[in-house]
Amino acid sequence: MYRIVKKEVLAPSLKLFVIDAPLVARKARAGQFVILRIREEGERIPLTIADFDREKGTITCVFQEVGKTTRELGLLEEGESIKDFAGPLGVPSHIEKYGRVACIGGGVGVAPVFPIARALKEAGNEITGIIGARTGELLFWEDRMRQVCDELLVATDDGSYGRKGFVTDLLKEAIEEKGNFALCLAIGPLPMMRAVCDLTRNYSIKTVVSLNPVMVDGTGMCGCCRVTVGGETRFVCVDGPEFDGHQVDFAEMARRSVIYRPQELLALERHGGRGAHRCSCSSGGEM
Amino acid sequence: MAREKKTVIPHRHPMPVQDPGLRTRNFNEVALGYGEEAAVAEAARCLQCKNEPCRQGCPVEVDIPAFIRLVAGRDFAGAIKKIKEKNALPAVCGRVCPQENQCEKYCTMGKKYEPVAIGRLERFCADWELAGGVLPQKTAPPTGKKVAVVGSGPAGLTCAADLAKLGHRVTVFEALHVAGGVLMYGIPEFRLPKAVVQAEINNLKNLGVEIQVNAVVGKFATVDELLEEWGFDAVFIGTGAGLPHFMKIPGENACGVYSANEFLTRTNLMKAYLFPEYDTPVRVGRKVAVLGGGNVAMDAARTALRLGAEESWIVYRRSRKEMPARLEEVEHAEEEGVKFMFLTSPTRILYNEDYWVTGLECLRYELGEPDSSGRRSPVAIAGSEFIMEADTVVVAIGQGPNPLVPRTTRGLECNKKGNIMVDPQTAATSKPGVFAGGDVVTGAATVILAMGAGRIAAKSIHAYLENR
Ligand SMILES: Cc1cc2nc3c(=O)[nH]c(=O)nc-3n(C[C@H](O)[C@H](O)[C@H](O)COP(=O)(O)OP(=O)(O)OC[C@H]3O[C@@H](n4cnc5c(N)ncnc54)[C@H](O)[C@@H]3O)c2cc1C
Ligand SMILES: Cc1cc2nc3c(=O)[nH]c(=O)nc-3n(C[C@H](O)[C@H](O)[C@H](O)COP(=O)(O)OP(=O)(O)OC[C@H]3O[C@@H](n4cnc5c(N)ncnc54)[C@H](O)[C@@H]3O)c2cc1C
Ligand code: SF4
Ligand code: SF4
Ligand code: FES
Ligand SMILES: [Mg+2]
Repeated sequence: MYRIVKKEVLAPSLKLFVIDAPLVARKARAGQFVILRIREEGERIPLTIADFDREKGTITCVFQEVGKTTRELGLLEEGESIKDFAGPLGVPSHIEKYGRVACIGGGVGVAPVFPIARALKEAGNEITGIIGARTGELLFWEDRMRQVCDELLVATDDGSYGRKGFVTDLLKEAIEEKGNFALCLAIGPLPMMRAVCDLTRNYSIKTVVSLNPVMVDGTGMCGCCRVTVGGETRFVCVDGPEFDGHQVDFAEMARRSVIYRPQELLALERHGGRGAHRCSCSSGGEM
Repeated sequence: MAREKKTVIPHRHPMPVQDPGLRTRNFNEVALGYGEEAAVAEAARCLQCKNEPCRQGCPVEVDIPAFIRLVAGRDFAGAIKKIKEKNALPAVCGRVCPQENQCEKYCTMGKKYEPVAIGRLERFCADWELAGGVLPQKTAPPTGKKVAVVGSGPAGLTCAADLAKLGHRVTVFEALHVAGGVLMYGIPEFRLPKAVVQAEINNLKNLGVEIQVNAVVGKFATVDELLEEWGFDAVFIGTGAGLPHFMKIPGENACGVYSANEFLTRTNLMKAYLFPEYDTPVRVGRKVAVLGGGNVAMDAARTALRLGAEESWIVYRRSRKEMPARLEEVEHAEEEGVKFMFLTSPTRILYNEDYWVTGLECLRYELGEPDSSGRRSPVAIAGSEFIMEADTVVVAIGQGPNPLVPRTTRGLECNKKGNIMVDPQTAATSKPGVFAGGDVVTGAATVILAMGAGRIAAKSIHAYLENR
């Protein structure tokens, strides 16, 4: 069993857990994820490692309640435990000195961007952080991001906090004003990552995205997480989750991410699902 | 039993099975097993051949005549003890061994009549023991040596059991949240109840084996780290052949196309057949096409019917004769209404504007000259394209070794297919102190071969530890 040593409610449907998992923490690196199962009857769901503490042996995850399992997870309190927690899975982010790097986080995607931005900063890069959310209430970790970024730009769709608009608007301005980035990293809902890639393609900026397809085992055994990258089928759980965004077939991903929508709705309904946030702009799962 | 007095009983005693009409509506076990009387009567058919031909057919050389003699004499405790001298998972093997190609193939009775039902008798003995509570097994005094076993499939479990009996401290690391490997995630409940597998695994725990689940080797620790930092004296790798192969034809990533691994993992391991009581969903359409002709394909096709498919088809490139599946599985599949389309292979998967599968474009084949394996290889008939409707496709054309451990282990030699290379006599890899066996070495094979490999490895790990 894996104990929740700390719980923070970042927004009503956005929660942070610090989980006791020494084996995972020992080896965790930016860009990797875990797969957890709350209880015997539960499903296996992936969450990105948003932070880790090797000494304390803990892993931090931030999740958005979008359906049955994430809502159920959100109901757990400090001191309670999760049955299964496996990781660190996936290939860690490739960290090197590129120069000027844009780190873009949309929605709950800010959490996975943070440790990567930190690692890139430590490697000597100049970081422009761009974070955004639908509304100010859903924005989190601005302080943490500020600590690891040379410059931080903030936007909300409704203008309730920071600039009104999308992260892509801020990215475009940053490029126009100060010139090209050597690398762009984007993590967030599928449509956001896709929009970032469409933009950076015009400027020929290498763009890395972290993909979030439906997964089961997370060890390369089932093939559920397959995506087409550069015309080839890749398994996100073992070959990714990060890929060259300009090569990703986002349309296919979007279709595949809603395969179980009817069952997911049924499960949520049975759970007594009142008002869990479902982002209407996203055809895929949210980060 | 004096041989000369025996009257020959030509036919084996039938094993009761669940009615085909009923069983396609549940996931309960299909074959119900012998009762005591049937077992004793079946055991009496055995001729107690001096030269024991049946034993040569068993990869772990179970002392078949001896255990059958004990069953005939109603000493079931003695019989199971005899089996367990050689076979750590008899309740599993009795159910899933392809007996017709192994022990029973060599049975003298089979020359003129039906072979003795060795597998069914083995299962009977194992179930008899499980029902009454397993007798404790003896272990040697602790040696102070530590061994890590990577993967908890039949290879890893057997290796762990043997090493524990020899007094070594064994930790099994398993990537998934339960131990058992394919026995848990692949082979369906209706063929191998999960409670049976877990009971066998409990035996292992009673031997003092520690099982650590959620532990993906290559991620939380590499094999090198297990040896250098974790203080293990030797490592056994039994990570299986879990990497699903796809056909590499257009449309294969469409919604509704599953690898057999995914389809079966969702259903068995995650119990999607109990959705929504269990959270993991699985989707089965009205008409399912399963590509392949092995055990995995049969399991997928039979599972699809139980999940509510109206039609479930096996689409296989060769003919019935070449199908590698166990005979009993093919028969059960047919009884349940699985349909077969032989000498057919898809060239393309068709889908609609929502990216959901609508069917397969297939080619017809005919059998050509025998290939190197002696099987007649199929040759496509030009211009024979036709369209088969389907709203779910399950690809069950085989699996390769999972590359995670080979990729992260320094100096571990693999062949072109990615299988770990070992000395077959000792299971030793190119890396000192590291041994391997099971599907990760042989490619997808059988439970009993994986167990045999685990046993060989345990023997040579023991020797290696003695000499250190
Ligand atoms: C590598 C990776 C990292 C992720 N990291 C985070 C994170 O840090 N924070 C976060 O909030 N979310 C993250 N996600 C998404 C998260 O796993 C899903 O939101 C969650 O599984 C939804 O489960 P549910 O039962 O609550 O919702 P459901 O209603 O069941 O599903 C909602 C949507 O989530 C997606 N989803 C459903 N089941 C799965 C599954 N088994 N695996 C993956 N996606 C699924 C589907 O697109 C689905 O339409 C990540 C996904 C991946 C693949
Ligand atoms: C659907 C299906 C039906 C079958 N039916 C039959 C049958 O009827 N009769 C028969 O004899 N054989 C059958 N087989 C084949 C048989 O199950 C296999 O040959 C056998 O299980 C191989 O055993 P193994 O121990 O080598 O590996 P597996 O059983 O594959 O076990 C390997 C284990 O290692 C774990 N693992 C992998 N990588 C790691 C890692 N990096 N770290 C930690 N753990 C890891 C896996 O999660 C898995 O649990 C069937 C196979 C399938 C898929
Ligand atoms: S282990 Fe398999 S091959 Fe050996 S006797 Fe038992 S059923 Fe036959
Ligand atoms: S070959 Fe058949 S009849 Fe002879 S001992 Fe073995 S099981 Fe009995
Ligand atoms: S989640 Fe199963 S292969 Fe990636
Ligand atoms: Mg769900």
